[in-house]
Amino acid sequence: MSRWRHFALVFTFLTIAAVLVGRIAALNINDSAFLKRQGDARSVRVESLAAHRGIVFDRHGEPLAVSTPVVSVWIDPSATRLDANQRRALARTLAIDVTQLAERQQLYRNKSFMYVARRVTPDLANTVADLGITGVRFKREYRRYYPAGELAAHVVGFTDIDDRGQEGVELSFDKHLRGIAGRKKVLKDRRGQIVRDLEYLAAPQFGNDLRLSIDLRLQFFAYRELKSAVEHHRAVSGSVVMLDVRTGEILALVNQPSFNPNGISRIDHGAMRNRAITDLYEPGSTVKPLTIIAALESGRFSPNSSIDTAPGYVRVGKKLIEDPVNRGRISLREVLEKSSQVGIAKVALKLEKRAVFDVFTRAGFGTYPGSGLPGEVAGRLSDAELNNPIVRATMAYGYGISVTPLQLAQAYLGLATLGQSLPVSILRLDSAPEMVRVFDERDVRALVGMMQGVATATGTAPKARVPGYRVAGKTGTTRKVGATGYDDSRHVAFFAGMAPVENPRVVVVVVVNEPKGERVGGGDVAAPVFARIVARALRVLGVAPETEMGRAV
Amino acid sequence: MSNQDFVRSLPSGAGLVRQRSLYRWHLDPPLLLVLLLIMAYGLVVLYSAVDRDQTVFSAQLIRMGMAVVAMLVAAQFDPRFYLRWAPVLYVLGIGLLVAVLLVGVRVKGSQRWLDLPGLPRFQPSELMKIAVPLMLGWYLNDRALPPRFKHLVVSLALIALPAGLVIIQPDLGTGLLVSAAGLSVVVLSGVSWRWIGLAVLSAALVAPGLWLFLKDYQQERVLTLFDPERDPLGAGWNIIQSKTAIGSGGVFGKGLFEGTQSHLEFLPESQTDFIIAVVGEELGLVGVAALLLAYLVVISRGLYIATQAPNTFGRLVVGGLTLTFFAYVFVNIAMVCGLLPVVGIPLPLVSYGGTSAITLMAGFGIVMAIHTHRGW
Repeated sequence: MSRWRHFALVFTFLTIAAVLVGRIAALNINDSAFLKRQGDARSVRVESLAAHRGIVFDRHGEPLAVSTPVVSVWIDPSATRLDANQRRALARTLAIDVTQLAERQQLYRNKSFMYVARRVTPDLANTVADLGITGVRFKREYRRYYPAGELAAHVVGFTDIDDRGQEGVELSFDKHLRGIAGRKKVLKDRRGQIVRDLEYLAAPQFGNDLRLSIDLRLQFFAYRELKSAVEHHRAVSGSVVMLDVRTGEILALVNQPSFNPNGISRIDHGAMRNRAITDLYEPGSTVKPLTIIAALESGRFSPNSSIDTAPGYVRVGKKLIEDPVNRGRISLREVLEKSSQVGIAKVALKLEKRAVFDVFTRAGFGTYPGSGLPGEVAGRLSDAELNNPIVRATMAYGYGISVTPLQLAQAYLGLATLGQSLPVSILRLDSAPEMVRVFDERDVRALVGMMQGVATATGTAPKARVPGYRVAGKTGTTRKVGATGYDDSRHVAFFAGMAPVENPRVVVVVVVNEPKGERVGGGDVAAPVFARIVARALRVLGVAPETEMGRAV
Repeated sequence: MSNQDFVRSLPSGAGLVRQRSLYRWHLDPPLLLVLLLIMAYGLVVLYSAVDRDQTVFSAQLIRMGMAVVAMLVAAQFDPRFYLRWAPVLYVLGIGLLVAVLLVGVRVKGSQRWLDLPGLPRFQPSELMKIAVPLMLGWYLNDRALPPRFKHLVVSLALIALPAGLVIIQPDLGTGLLVSAAGLSVVVLSGVSWRWIGLAVLSAALVAPGLWLFLKDYQQERVLTLFDPERDPLGAGWNIIQSKTAIGSGGVFGKGLFEGTQSHLEFLPESQTDFIIAVVGEELGLVGVAALLLAYLVVISRGLYIATQAPNTFGRLVVGGLTLTFFAYVFVNIAMVCGLLPVVGIPLPLVSYGGTSAITLMAGFGIVMAIHTHRGW
């Protein structure tokens, strides 16, 4: 072998070796950072650790929404092929359809994630784990459970399958209730099995608890009475709102129809709607006490002022306002007790143009109550046509404006506090919020005295009487707006009131939408509901009876 | 062998006593030392690559022991024995290759194994890695060097026959190695540069035509070389993963047993053909460079021994075997770091799997035999 040949060979080797080393060095040094990231990207994953939502309590600590641990069973179909036996075993244990499982496995065969079953009990998950099927994995989750069921469904709301609030306080306080999922860095192999926990990035932070103003006992009474009334009168829907007069807290808020938040199989917007805060009604005669406030504030009327309602009707512009009978000359007190349209219209027309509108505004109509429940509406209260006497006259008895049952309750709250307004709240308050005087105390005191007459044998709502207590309130019966103006066959029955009269404790508003039958008026449909709920509520709240039991005033 | 000859053949006077004792066993101390170091290093890396699997590890340990024994045995024969039996071995090898095609065992789509009764299952193609250089050495030993054109043609035919038989098994990797073993002997025999240049040129011209003869998966591998990202989850996966593994090791590596890519099964074939990626990931550039250095020492020692051989047969056989070893190292590493298409060639003495280790060590036994036997 010549020297040249030898040299050439050695040179070739060294060159090739240098190329190899250079290549590896390039990978190691130049691309190191990139390839290291690539390496980590393949194996290092951040796993989330489920954090449960806070508990929702009623005001006395009864749980209304709790999170219970559940386990979701899943597989990676691209890596794990369940055979027929395994599918059968899984399906039998989890009580799912085996053909459907096979179909889904086929459908997801190229995907790397597929739920086999979601949210099973930890016990059942253990049973599945005991089957020992490789590739079947488990994920810890939390499921929301609502002990009060449909009783508090509209208030509490519900969460979706991923634990996000969808309705009620679950929605409006979602951020507060929601836990912050923890994160940990883990090492996973190619099949996605966690090989090692590398480090905890963040511990799961459990959500905060929430204490509502609701009193579950009162909620229950309200729910039961409303439900039986709606069923008895074959009504379309109904709502009851009960407020604590001292704090503005919502003690009870129920609607019919309701739903069971524990087993939502389909979205029924009718049943899920929180009608007490979202549905608008013309409040009708229930606002007459506010009109009378305006009359008293004007200084031109007193409870005993005489108003001539003869001949039982009055023509305002083109509009004929009628009473059912000719009541002749009656006092302002009687206008309220008998709920005379003619009387209240005549009173209103003698006041300043904005007087009634102003009182309504101070009572909270036309603004959002701000209770903390999602979906509140503000209602309609417009001062655009106050120059029109027809508008002023009809507004005086609650037509041409619209309010929600909650707004109506808030307005009556202002009367029960003898003229002070305070915000309503769905959360339990530690102390009463600051009150703002909106009406003169003497006027309201006089008015409440007049309103007592409503729940008497001579008033429109003798059925609103509560044994042992004196109550003050007002009925309302409105015709609903149909295709061609007001519909004489569809009504809404109201009763709004407070009890006991001396130092009121609760304000209750009852709305029954489209009751059917002979008697559809507020005095016949809503007032008895009011009476039964208030009777129970005052006893539960420990309010001493004012009068001898069993003797109606 | 006279004592005087012996002393003269020593590289230096140092370690005379030790060398003398090893020389009595016909072993070459530097070569033996480095080979054993590589094997030990390989066993450590393999232990990590198979995730401390005792069974696999001990199987490899036994194979390595067998390989060392094969070397010890091969070193004891007088080189003239090899010279005499080279044609027989060659013909026997060809016969076995034909037998493989007829009655071989099919594994993973290739018919490479022969399962003869009473013998362990083996790959006759491995035998050819030694038989071909021996045969060419035998053939060119008596000829005038540089070889005449006629002899050159015969030599090429002697290479092409076994290489072709291996390639149609199909086992492209081993076929190429067999060719490399033979061609290196031809190159060493002193073929004029003109012929070599011409051969390289024509090979370059023929190469595109060869494309048509490649099987689909082989074409795929070549395309993948140029753009691994064209099928990152399929054909490109191996190469992307191995590059990732090597690169993520950095200069000093992640530490033994700490390689995520290999241990978490992201790196396929991590204990066999792609084991250098494990070295790169866990021991870093330093680990790879150390291994490469050891290989270079083996190769340079082999070439040195070739220059010291007393006759043409010795020179050619030692040179051919050394260059085969080099081809192993080069092709394997180049393949793993994405410089050559993926062909199934293991990293010598490190990859899991015994046959190639036994053949290689037997080859080094022959090298030592040629080096330590005098007066033939």
